[in-house]
Amino acid sequence: MTAMLNVKDLRAYYGQVQALHGLSFSLNEGSLTTLLGANGAGKTTTLRAICNMVRSTGAIEFEGKPIGTRSTENVVRLGIAHVPQGRGTFTNMTVEENLQLGAISRSDKGAIGSDIERMYEHFPVLKQRYTQQAGTLSGGEQQMLAVARALMLRPRLMLLDEPSFGLAPLIVRDLFRILGKINREEKVTILVVEQNAQLALELADQAYVIETGRIVMSGNAKDIANNEDVRKSYLGY
Amino acid sequence: MELFANQVLAGIATGAIYACMALAVVMIYQAIDHLNFAQGEMAMFSTFVSWQLMQWGVPYWGAFVLTVAFSFVAGIIIERLLFKPLAKAPILTNVAGFIALYAIINSVAGLIWDFTIKQYPTPFGSSPFLGSQLISTHQAGMIGITLLMLLLLFFFFRFTRVGLAMRAAASLPESARLVGINTSWMIALGWGMASAIGSIAGMMIAPVVFLEPNMMLGVLIYGFAAAVLGGLSSPFGAVMGGFLVGIFENLVGTYIPGVGNELKLPIALALIIVVLVVKPAGLFGRAIVKRV
Repeated sequence: MTAMLNVKDLRAYYGQVQALHGLSFSLNEGSLTTLLGANGAGKTTTLRAICNMVRSTGAIEFEGKPIGTRSTENVVRLGIAHVPQGRGTFTNMTVEENLQLGAISRSDKGAIGSDIERMYEHFPVLKQRYTQQAGTLSGGEQQMLAVARALMLRPRLMLLDEPSFGLAPLIVRDLFRILGKINREEKVTILVVEQNAQLALELADQAYVIETGRIVMSGNAKDIANNEDVRKSYLGY
Repeated sequence: MELFANQVLAGIATGAIYACMALAVVMIYQAIDHLNFAQGEMAMFSTFVSWQLMQWGVPYWGAFVLTVAFSFVAGIIIERLLFKPLAKAPILTNVAGFIALYAIINSVAGLIWDFTIKQYPTPFGSSPFLGSQLISTHQAGMIGITLLMLLLLFFFFRFTRVGLAMRAAASLPESARLVGINTSWMIALGWGMASAIGSIAGMMIAPVVFLEPNMMLGVLIYGFAAAVLGGLSSPFGAVMGGFLVGIFENLVGTYIPGVGNELKLPIALALIIVVLVVKPAGLFGRAIVKRV
């Protein structure tokens, strides 16, 4: 299998502070990978570095092309959708406008309407609320909307930053089930950053564990979930 | 009663101009979070350009269209050259930039066209509108042009993809980039449009205040008052604010003894202060509702 995303020796900085210390990892096409770690380990920074939203050095290749120097919007236009922490919902616009915005960089305008319908099938709750201001949705609904908005790009790769954050356990299960379905049915490669390690390991097939900006463990998600030492020392359950 | 109706209609006519200026100010404010103090001077310069074109024999509406196009491009160029490099600079640096732009445009206009007052033509004539003594055809034309422009802008922002992208870039730049919007160019586009709207305001008001390099100073202050009154976060509010300030100014000037023409401007400034104290978000400003 070929690697879709290849990250080598990634170092990222916030001002003088170095947040990542030479991260290397790769994602296989069609895989669902999770990046685990405690608060402040550098999970969010890793995703932000891929989209060039933080100053970084190192090599990032997407489908064989180096993307490290591209602007955020040009990385996105390659088919990398990023669901940021806090969801980035356009709260003063309607649900439907949020979905339209997800597809704003696409040139095949004709297919956007049917894609919106497809999103309503994945997330029926959005259909009931399509004229409503997105800011009035509940946290779970906003997270569904954020995922749907990202899918409107027809991405090849989707990056999700703590999708479970602040959601009730039942809603998290529902969301993860949909993510698995999207990964299988729509062949979207997914990288999900999580603090909820248990659930993320159930969903993913590959996992990386990072601590203070370094990868300390990688491998098959099941193996990591079954390794008691790893669970105790890094994942805390 | 006749006097009252007359003053209200005249207020709506000048209010239309304030509405244009307020709208231009709000568009740039939404994009970069700063008030463009040079908005009026940009409009004045555009008006001079249209006057020059007419001096060269271009018919009114030809000059009008060319000027709007010129202003659009000039607005984009100003943003690219001056304010894009200042995007991450502190607020005072930006204020200095706006004041510099104000002074430069004002002096250059004076240099090219000197400071003597010039007549500026109206395409609508100045006879009584529809035979009534209430407003002139020029005032009616001003209202008509403004409303038409507002309608076009509404459709642009509501129903086109570029309009949607501009709104997204103004409200949440980071999220906008994450859906692939080039926010930097959206800001430039906002400047171009604001500059074009300002040029229309300038060409409409010039027959009333006459053409000279300082013609837009008062108008811009009314425009600021209108934008603050309506709410800097709301283009619709800015437009309503424009009409309200126009009517308010005329009624105060007519009915409160001793105010007259001289004190109209201070009253607009007092209005800004009162609104900021009582309702900081403006009449139509959105109190942002957030759920986390």
